[in-house]
Amino acid sequence: MNKAPANDSVGIVTPQRARFTEPLGFKCGAVIDEYELAYETYGTLNADRSNAVLVCHALNASHHVAGWYAEDPRNVGWWDNMIGPGKPVDTNRFYVIGVNNIGGCHGSTGPCSVNPKTGKPWGGSFPVVTVEDWVAAQARLAERLGIERFAAVMGGSLGAMQALQWTISYPEKLRHSIVIACAPNLSAQNIAFNEVARQAILTDPDFHGGDYYDHGVKPHRGLRVARMVGHITYLSDDEMAVKFGRQLKNGKLSYSFETEFQIESYLRYQADKFAEYFDANTYLRITKALDYFDPAFEHGGSLTRALAGVRSAFLVVSFTTDWRFSPERSREIVKALLDNRARVSYAEIDAPHGHDAFLLDDERYHRLIAAYFDRIAAEAVR
Amino acid sequence: MRNGNGTAAHRPDFAAIAGWIRLQSSVLDLGCGDGSLLKYLTETRRITGYGVEIDDASVLACVKNGVRVVQSDLERGLSGFEDGSFDYVVLSQTLQAMKNSEIIIREMLRVGREGIVTFPNFGYWKNRLEVLRGRMPVSENLPFEWFNTPNVRLCTVADFERFCAERGIRIVERKVLTRGQPVTVMPNLLGALAVYHFGNGVKRS
Repeated sequence: MNKAPANDSVGIVTPQRARFTEPLGFKCGAVIDEYELAYETYGTLNADRSNAVLVCHALNASHHVAGWYAEDPRNVGWWDNMIGPGKPVDTNRFYVIGVNNIGGCHGSTGPCSVNPKTGKPWGGSFPVVTVEDWVAAQARLAERLGIERFAAVMGGSLGAMQALQWTISYPEKLRHSIVIACAPNLSAQNIAFNEVARQAILTDPDFHGGDYYDHGVKPHRGLRVARMVGHITYLSDDEMAVKFGRQLKNGKLSYSFETEFQIESYLRYQADKFAEYFDANTYLRITKALDYFDPAFEHGGSLTRALAGVRSAFLVVSFTTDWRFSPERSREIVKALLDNRARVSYAEIDAPHGHDAFLLDDERYHRLIAAYFDRIAAEAVR
Repeated sequence: MRNGNGTAAHRPDFAAIAGWIRLQSSVLDLGCGDGSLLKYLTETRRITGYGVEIDDASVLACVKNGVRVVQSDLERGLSGFEDGSFDYVVLSQTLQAMKNSEIIIREMLRVGREGIVTFPNFGYWKNRLEVLRGRMPVSENLPFEWFNTPNVRLCTVADFERFCAERGIRIVERKVLTRGQPVTVMPNLLGALAVYHFGNGVKRS
């Protein structure tokens, strides 16, 4: 997030907001009467509105996908290396939309927004969200922007789950789904990590049942631990060994509980940074959305049946060292698509960076995405 | 992973393979290279096809060519594919470069209703002559030197037919080619490239 702005970036961007007054029903049964979505767009929508690409964000990211803010040039979008002029998703050709999901904490209506009925922040009373709910809200934004059919919906990790859900919820509304570093559902181990993160937040004395805003405090300690646990799962063992190994911060052991190893220092730094800008209620809900995602569940456990109605083409990408959502999990998705004779290509990128690889510069990965988007751009559109 | 002139738009075995493929059938091409064969079959036989490739550059080439490809190691079998899910499974100029030759032939007949395999015939007279001269053959169909060849399981027409007979694999049709031309007389001696169409034993398709 602290990279210097590059001159092939989309440059200065301005976040926008869309207000919706049509009630939104959540999968959990809750309904909210009105809400706002924060979003950004890059590039230009063409005359037949066929070049729109929706980028779905993962756990801690937002609608700020590319470019930077005039008042904060160091705040570069989280996928700026992927999206921009001449980049794999070329904004000279595509109209790219980033949206902060409902329940988020970057501008869209979420737990820290004011509930108009009470005049107080939603806090603990904000509905528990699911991937399906996010996709439903994104579809309303698409409608608002006049996009009947996306050229592509793309995302990595939890963002990829949304790109996959789009093909189930709105099969006719996208031509391509780009599913990167994904899994068709969370493993018990994945859920376990999420539960540790949630328990850290829920047991923080400053949590106050999610209504900490009223108390003028934030469950910082819990959120820090949650981020540390999460962060460990995004990196590979090898990557950590190369980056930190057993390096000591001060060159010698102090036989205390101060930060001694570099990895500890790194985790604490990441945790502090995260706890400053992220909302604990949002974090709780996003981890639940991850846990609940399981398209096969309503089809007797058959992902093949869950994906029987898809119409789009797919590019599925995994990374060899991703142990959080391993290549095997992506292959489950590919197999279910093959069973349905869907148009799918699958690439397994040999990268050392673990789950985080989907965010990083990697020549093979970026060339592949670029080639796929070249094909999308070249397609004749009905 | 495909050998020789795998990136050429049309190789001699392409037309031979296409001749056996029914219109609008489904084809899985193992070791599909840049997707040339699938592209050719899509244009000539209107197939629905997928390729399997391990090589990054080839996977990228497939995407550029608009060919559906699944990046996977054939040596690990075809566990990502359902039984009987394709009309044809093709292994073109790749068999000789695989360690688990026997397993892949079985996998082809599990996933496909029929299999098509092509390989350089090591029994071709030019190869025999080279060996008689005391050298490993290097030719159009075997373009590598002994020290850099990916070919680890070279066989002859006679070897492959015995292999099939011993395993109850039914050979539906055979074409043996030299410089793209069919060879009918003494194929194991005069043929450079073997192309086989085979299926599970007993019932005829």
